[in-house]
Amino acid sequence: MQNLIKKTSSFFETPINLRGRILVLVGALVLLPTFFVPLWNMTLYSNQFPDGLILKIYSYKLEGGKTPNRDDLREINSLNHYIGMRPLQEEDFTEFKWIPFVIGGVMLLALRVVVLGKMSKLVDLFVLFTYFGLFSLWSFYHKLYLYGHELDPTAAVKVPPFTPPMFGHNTMANFEVYSFPGVGSYFMAVMPLLLLAAMWFSRKEWLKERKP
Amino acid sequence: MKTKLTLLALLTALTAIIMGCGDDKKGRGGAGARSDVQEAALKTYVAPGDLDKYYLFKSGGHSGQVYVYGVPSMRHISTIPVYTPYPATGYGFDKESKEMLGGYTWGDAHHPSISETNGNYDGRWLFISDNANNRMARIDLRDFKTKQILGPLPNVSGNHCSSFVTENTEYVLAGSRFSIPLPKGTYENIQDYATKFKGVVAGIAVDPKSGEMSLGWQVLMPPFNYDLGDAGKGPSKDWGFWTCYNSERAIGKLEVTSTQKDRDYVAAVNWVAAEKAIKDGKFKMIGGVKVIDPKDVEGVVYLLPAAKSPHGVDISPDGKYIVASGKLQSITTVFNFEKMLTAIQNKNFTGNEDGIPVLNYDAIKDAEVNVGLGPLHTQFDDKGNAYTSLFVESAVAKWKLGTWEILDKIPVSYNIGHLTASEGDTKNPTGEFLVALNKLSHGRHLSVGPSQPEASQLIDIGGEKMNLLYDAFTEPEPHYAQMIKADKLKAIEVYPKEENKHPKAIWDVKDAKVVRTGKHVEVYMIAVRSTLEPTSFEVNKGDKVTIYLTNIEQTTDELHGFGLNEYNINVVADPGETKVIEFVADKAGVYPYYCTNFCSALHQEMQGYMLVKGSGGVSATRTNGNKLMAGQ
Repeated sequence: MQNLIKKTSSFFETPINLRGRILVLVGALVLLPTFFVPLWNMTLYSNQFPDGLILKIYSYKLEGGKTPNRDDLREINSLNHYIGMRPLQEEDFTEFKWIPFVIGGVMLLALRVVVLGKMSKLVDLFVLFTYFGLFSLWSFYHKLYLYGHELDPTAAVKVPPFTPPMFGHNTMANFEVYSFPGVGSYFMAVMPLLLLAAMWFSRKEWLKERKP
Repeated sequence: MKTKLTLLALLTALTAIIMGCGDDKKGRGGAGARSDVQEAALKTYVAPGDLDKYYLFKSGGHSGQVYVYGVPSMRHISTIPVYTPYPATGYGFDKESKEMLGGYTWGDAHHPSISETNGNYDGRWLFISDNANNRMARIDLRDFKTKQILGPLPNVSGNHCSSFVTENTEYVLAGSRFSIPLPKGTYENIQDYATKFKGVVAGIAVDPKSGEMSLGWQVLMPPFNYDLGDAGKGPSKDWGFWTCYNSERAIGKLEVTSTQKDRDYVAAVNWVAAEKAIKDGKFKMIGGVKVIDPKDVEGVVYLLPAAKSPHGVDISPDGKYIVASGKLQSITTVFNFEKMLTAIQNKNFTGNEDGIPVLNYDAIKDAEVNVGLGPLHTQFDDKGNAYTSLFVESAVAKWKLGTWEILDKIPVSYNIGHLTASEGDTKNPTGEFLVALNKLSHGRHLSVGPSQPEASQLIDIGGEKMNLLYDAFTEPEPHYAQMIKADKLKAIEVYPKEENKHPKAIWDVKDAKVVRTGKHVEVYMIAVRSTLEPTSFEVNKGDKVTIYLTNIEQTTDELHGFGLNEYNINVVADPGETKVIEFVADKAGVYPYYCTNFCSALHQEMQGYMLVKGSGGVSATRTNGNKLMAGQ
């Protein structure tokens, strides 16, 4: 037992080697695009909208497809009001405030790991980021659940409460809805993988230290 | 590709069936012009969801409107109201369009003209003349809406020889078909017609940025009947040309009295010289317009003797030839612009009319083309050919510029007036299609009783021989049309919210309100799926009511109407548009208003009430839908 504790604590003391530090740095940089590209995309197809009404969710804003002849966000809200769904509006998403803040914080912590180069800091970062990622997903799902369940009882068209799809496709009234992670989410998914890779490459340092 | 082939096979099969029936005359709608059905079907078929290649803007004649068609399908797509109220789009019911119409309820929309840059259609505006009330209108092709009606134009009487544009849309041509004593409002004895009645030809100035029209210059002319015109191109770009009949200066039964001379005239006006004369102060103010009197100013206007009672005068794409069609002879006279300039320089005149030099016919004429009976109007293609409509003969003649030989002739059904070729009056015609605008349709369509539509026939002019492709019918009455490549127009279908600068526009249902100031009630109203807010409002009998109706939709085709029962009001607001409705609530009682333009699943529910109190002094109040429900 004592041995195991020794082993783990020595693991946490392991320095991150150059390769590892570069990977963590890259990990910090891959979060940059999340400030520019959508994290999630939803597309609603119907006979009237063969090209689909498009909804893009960024880390900091909500954006509908926009052409000179259509404002998709406005259109989605116009249609949703018939079933009593609250209008989708940026003000209602606290996520747009804390998500970019947390991502910024994670990037700073990643730079800290690069400079200090300690395995313990790297593990902290990995755990924190994974928690943040999973919490964000839950929060998004919960938002969808609320929008689909808190329907105005005086709405013209009564529909049973529902949760709009998060992954994949389903049919809602005359709409085929497709919902998938956006490019930003893929970048976010790459980040923990890079951190794991950094740990893996630094394991040699740990083995080296344990030899004598 | 595969679907194309299947379609081809299908059409071929279909054609075989139709051809099989071809022997049965009843199956093909009477006699008259015929076409190769298979070829015509393939050339005109525009599959569901596909778009036409050209826009065709036809004047609506005494309907006062402009009709929009697609070519080659010849489908009627929409109607642009211009001179006549049109409840379908709410035109003439809202404050702005009502003011633009100026109390007139009709016009005679004659000749449309697309704005040009360097002699080619630029697709910005469409101008159209009003022969009845002497006006000129400008339609913005960004949203296909009439934006300005100028007139009645001072001194212009019967604005028929109009609305041809100069090479860079500096001016839109106008003029008098019916000479009158000037200024308007002056009385003279009809017996003094020859001396005391006057015609004018005019250039209406166009602002190059906004398209805003203003009275430009006018030239005082002898009392002839100015009929049609065209602006020069290339070498002749500084000139405007007008035909005239009745150079006899006759009165009475013009059919006889105005057809005694063998030649009438084409008037050629150097508008650059006209501009200079105005600048130099060589003008008289008549009816509030700067008018040049040719007696006092040399070098502005000349007369070219042309074959009897000419209708169209058309300038060839290269600007070198002036083609005048003498409708009472079988020839089209072609003048050479260079020769015209030489004759002017050498003062090679054979007389004058009220001080206007008449040029020596033999010195300026290049050809008398024997096109056929009743030539009216000429268009051009991209291969140096001209196409002249023959009213009496019911045909179109194709002939070659320069060699003057007749290449082909095609019968049309029936009695063609104008014709329009694809971009056929520009410097660069495309030479693909030609539409014959026929005056009589004589049973080429299912019978609709004695009141008959006009016939438009689509003709393929891409090959050596002309080919009849399609018959289409139009309400009275297209006179001339413009055919422009569809990709030159970039129409919007939604007015962007950011562009709506209307001071009374509101964009949130919460802002819908009723404001009373004395006896004036202002209603700030929103139209959105599926409600008109406020859903009711109260006024007192005799109040002036102003409704600012904003359609806050930003999606194509989500139009909302506002019809007010028994108040003779119907206004339609397009997505993003604010319309002002103004009237006096002169009838007490309760009057429903509702959305007239079908919008949504709950369109029927989109309604409200105007409650007019017969007496008493209640202030205007607003009840909103939810509150009303709660109160009951």
